[in-house]
Amino acid sequence: MSAVIEEHHDHHDHKPTGLTRWLFTTNHKDIGTLYLWFSFAMFVIGGLFAMVIRLELFQPGLQFVEPEFFNQMTTLHGLVMVFGAVMPATVGLANWMIPIMIGAPDMALPRMNNWSFWILPFAFTLLLSSLFMEGGAPNFGWTFYAPLSTTFGPPSTDFFIFGVHLMGISSIMGSINVIVTVFNMRAPGMTLMKMPMFVWTWLITAFLLIMVMPVLAGAVTMMLTDRHFGTSFFDAAGGGDPVMFQHIFWFFGHPEVYIMILPAFGIASQIIPTFSRKPLFGYASMVYATAAIALLSFVVWAHHMFTVGMPLAGELFFMFATLLIAVPTGVKVFNWVATMWKGSITFETPMLYALAFVILFTIGGFSGVMLAMTPVDFQYHDTYFVVAHFHYVLFPGAIFGTMAAVYYWLPKWTGNLYNERWAKIQFWLQIFFVNLTFFPMHFSGLAGMPRRIPDYNLAFADFNMISSIGAFGLALTQIIFIAVVIGCIRGKRKATAQVWEGAQGLEWTLPSPAPYHSFTTPPKVD
Amino acid sequence: MAFFHKIRTALPVLLALLFSASVGAEELQYNMREGVTEISQGVYDLHMLVTWICVGIGVVVFGAMFYAMFAHRRSKNPEPAKFSHNTLVEVVWTAIPFLILVVLAVPAVRLLVAMEDTSESEVTVQITGYQWKWHYKYLDQDIEFFSNLATPRSEIEHYEGEGKPSDPNYLLDVDNRVVLPVGKKIRFLITADDVLHAWWIPDFAVKKDAIPGFINEAWTKVDEPGIYRGQCAELCGKDHGFMPIVVEVVSEEDFDAWIQSKYDEQAEAERLAAEAASKSWSKEDLMSQGEQAYNTYCAACHKVDGTGTPPVFPGMIDSPITTGPVEAHISIVVNGKAGTAMQAFGAQLTDAELAAIITYERNAWGIDTGDLVQPADIAAFKAGN
Amino acid sequence: MSDMPTPNPDQANRKLALKLVVVAVVMVGFGFALVPLYDVFCDITGLNGKTRGQALYTAKTVDKERSIKVEFMAESARGMPWVFEPVVRSMRVHPGEQYEVTFLVRNKANEAITGQAIPSVSPGEASLYFNKTECFCFEQQLLAAGETLEMPMRFFVDTQIPESVHTITLSYRMFNISEQTDASVAKQ
Repeated sequence: MSAVIEEHHDHHDHKPTGLTRWLFTTNHKDIGTLYLWFSFAMFVIGGLFAMVIRLELFQPGLQFVEPEFFNQMTTLHGLVMVFGAVMPATVGLANWMIPIMIGAPDMALPRMNNWSFWILPFAFTLLLSSLFMEGGAPNFGWTFYAPLSTTFGPPSTDFFIFGVHLMGISSIMGSINVIVTVFNMRAPGMTLMKMPMFVWTWLITAFLLIMVMPVLAGAVTMMLTDRHFGTSFFDAAGGGDPVMFQHIFWFFGHPEVYIMILPAFGIASQIIPTFSRKPLFGYASMVYATAAIALLSFVVWAHHMFTVGMPLAGELFFMFATLLIAVPTGVKVFNWVATMWKGSITFETPMLYALAFVILFTIGGFSGVMLAMTPVDFQYHDTYFVVAHFHYVLFPGAIFGTMAAVYYWLPKWTGNLYNERWAKIQFWLQIFFVNLTFFPMHFSGLAGMPRRIPDYNLAFADFNMISSIGAFGLALTQIIFIAVVIGCIRGKRKATAQVWEGAQGLEWTLPSPAPYHSFTTPPKVD
Repeated sequence: MAFFHKIRTALPVLLALLFSASVGAEELQYNMREGVTEISQGVYDLHMLVTWICVGIGVVVFGAMFYAMFAHRRSKNPEPAKFSHNTLVEVVWTAIPFLILVVLAVPAVRLLVAMEDTSESEVTVQITGYQWKWHYKYLDQDIEFFSNLATPRSEIEHYEGEGKPSDPNYLLDVDNRVVLPVGKKIRFLITADDVLHAWWIPDFAVKKDAIPGFINEAWTKVDEPGIYRGQCAELCGKDHGFMPIVVEVVSEEDFDAWIQSKYDEQAEAERLAAEAASKSWSKEDLMSQGEQAYNTYCAACHKVDGTGTPPVFPGMIDSPITTGPVEAHISIVVNGKAGTAMQAFGAQLTDAELAAIITYERNAWGIDTGDLVQPADIAAFKAGN
Repeated sequence: MSDMPTPNPDQANRKLALKLVVVAVVMVGFGFALVPLYDVFCDITGLNGKTRGQALYTAKTVDKERSIKVEFMAESARGMPWVFEPVVRSMRVHPGEQYEVTFLVRNKANEAITGQAIPSVSPGEASLYFNKTECFCFEQQLLAAGETLEMPMRFFVDTQIPESVHTITLSYRMFNISEQTDASVAKQ
């Protein structure tokens, strides 16, 4: 690989300043930065909602909020975290990294890129404004099952519906951009099977998004017409069926789970080889495993709804299909371990996060296998065991993946080294609190605590108190996180182009910080 | 195994040390209940099997990982190996998980088939979920009743910061229990009146969604008499957390006696209703009865002070219902309103209670229609004018 | 692709993007197509105990060996001031034979109301073999204030019904659809 950026490129580097730079930017790095900041802002808001939930659940009895408001908090926490924090974070990483990982000067459709970001703040303003409306915010859970969300939904449901439409459009535009960029903009010699794993996982994610976000849009549109235009898609009185809502929702919802986690798989596959100083084990099988997971994700949706009363054959089919997902997922985990095997491992913060990701995500995978077993799922379904499961795959899964990526590429983005000591402190505190928060939820769920309840029997009191303490601590560690990031942006210690000794890939051939315009002449890839 | 057992026994002790607010003598529940039916035992066994298999895989995989972290760290292993694939190994670790899953699937299928077999039942109970209570109907015995949360609101709400719930059955107690005979196959027909609910008793390993307009089936056969508690397990709105389920399993003789007592109760209720209907109540009586009944059945949504949570739960003051024609007011309370959270109270409350509530709603919080609604009016309305 | 130099990369990008937009639009259509697909799926599997439409009495043989218990349930939904009940609570039937039962409704309100009964059969798989040759649930009922009506329902159970089914429960829920019908009348 050859270094491409020559000195004289630098004076092409003048960029507009002030607000208009960010409003009208078509630069993939600017847009990536916007996505990442937006995602962090949503992470904070969604986190505050979580604090309200954990505060109310700190001890039995209702102390702080009314059940009605509690339901609004669980709903908005889910929606904001899924659509506002996790998804935009990975889109931000894709924007920043995909062009410079495949040697492209920018995303393929830069103007659409600007649009797909700027839609998001409007979408979330719509959604969050519902908190201040008469009747309150949506209160039917992020899964918005009919008829609670249709016939019984508060008036603000319409704002929620338009918000979801806008988020969907944003995601679809973003993923179209990724696919076109990856297919058309790769540098000469960068064949598909030479692409970094992060690019691969995002390409597959983008296909998932294009396939399922429109289905979600269809579902909320049906809700809208049921609410206002006299249709009865989900209303038994008019010949509809509320269970059909769940089928349509989870047809979107299960691939959505992988939309959130696949980019984190890609990140772990970048970081573990770097700090093991050894190439990724089984690159081809990693690609195939990711594709297999994505394909299987289309035929497992009904495992979220075993209790609706399905024919035996349906229950068996969805159980087998779901269990099958464990096979390619297992392959990925084994490959990561094999990458480390006989490597020369060091433990910088990105590596710590990647390792925590592998272990804790696998724990979430284990509870996933348990949940897939239909007869046992009848006991787990809709309890805190499920809450523990998906928080293990989302927090130490998707979010740790994102944090690993931020620490890993931050020196490339800012040109400065972050404070390794504080980053490590943040890591160890966070790993402690994340487990303190979510591990006891396995116990409270098994003991019989249903999810989405504002108050509970005394038997669940101890575990809930521990979870709440963990959650408060977890929130505080985010302050250290943002301090480390800001410290790095303002930092004095300059990073080299290579940054990490063992790192491979085109992004490390660029100087740090990566110049505003990079790879305007495509690099040669051997 | 032993190691994990140690952790399992150590954990509650540790927790008790950390938090003096422990439940006391009650043993801390942190695992799935074994329950009291053959099915629930099967579910528990399968749960433990899959748990230990996961633990086993975890020990191997994480063991390898930690070994690599330790033995192949840079200070010990400065020269990394170069290999990047090994087809044989990759095939093996695709095949092994597959085999493990097959091993898991076999008992799961067997159990599932048993769970779905609702044939040859001896008692059928129809269960209907309402926002936020359960209705039970014994089809063969012709008995029906509503089952409400028995924990008083004052025990639940501590917004002022005083006190703390202390009842061991806090939020898991109801006014009318479901009573079932021991050792007989019971079939449940589950449905809902408004939104989705789910009927769940952990000790029976029965959880089925209640879906408006559709019926679902489940069954159980309990071998041990006792009291078993559960909760609604599908988000159903505001008071989702406040609609518990209590099942009392008794001997066959006791079951028959209970049926008889329910018949007597129903006869007594009819007699009282007739008595109430024939009597003309004073305004004071209606108002005081009405306040009490309103606070029990209506205040959860419409609030004690009648302000409601508009627009989903409308306020009472300035409402066209409470200030308009009496007829429309009776109609909405007795029959409910389609497509809203307002359910039909006609079958849930006595005529006297309904009359008192309506009178109260028309004369409280500064509303001053002066209307008195007598139980006889309700009876006349119910009979169709 | 990128290995081959394209004359105008912007055009190639636009072309591919357009194709992907088409995919997204098709997927919106697919989302809506899930509704009829779901009905077909229910029809094949008996999911949710959705019953089929009107059937013709075609059975040639009657299986006198088997007798299946059929239970009837009838209830009014909220906001529906009708008394609605089956005349017979349950009966034993032979597969292949046609039976008629009656449901009673009475409108207690002092205004005319339109009702629609929605059936559901349990267990779900039984709905595949439960055939209604005539049912009040196929159409809306309009009852004047205080009117009483006896509604007939004719059915037979297919002889192919699996051995495992011993009891079939047929449940009706009567919904008040006056508002919807008023609205549609007003529209016309």
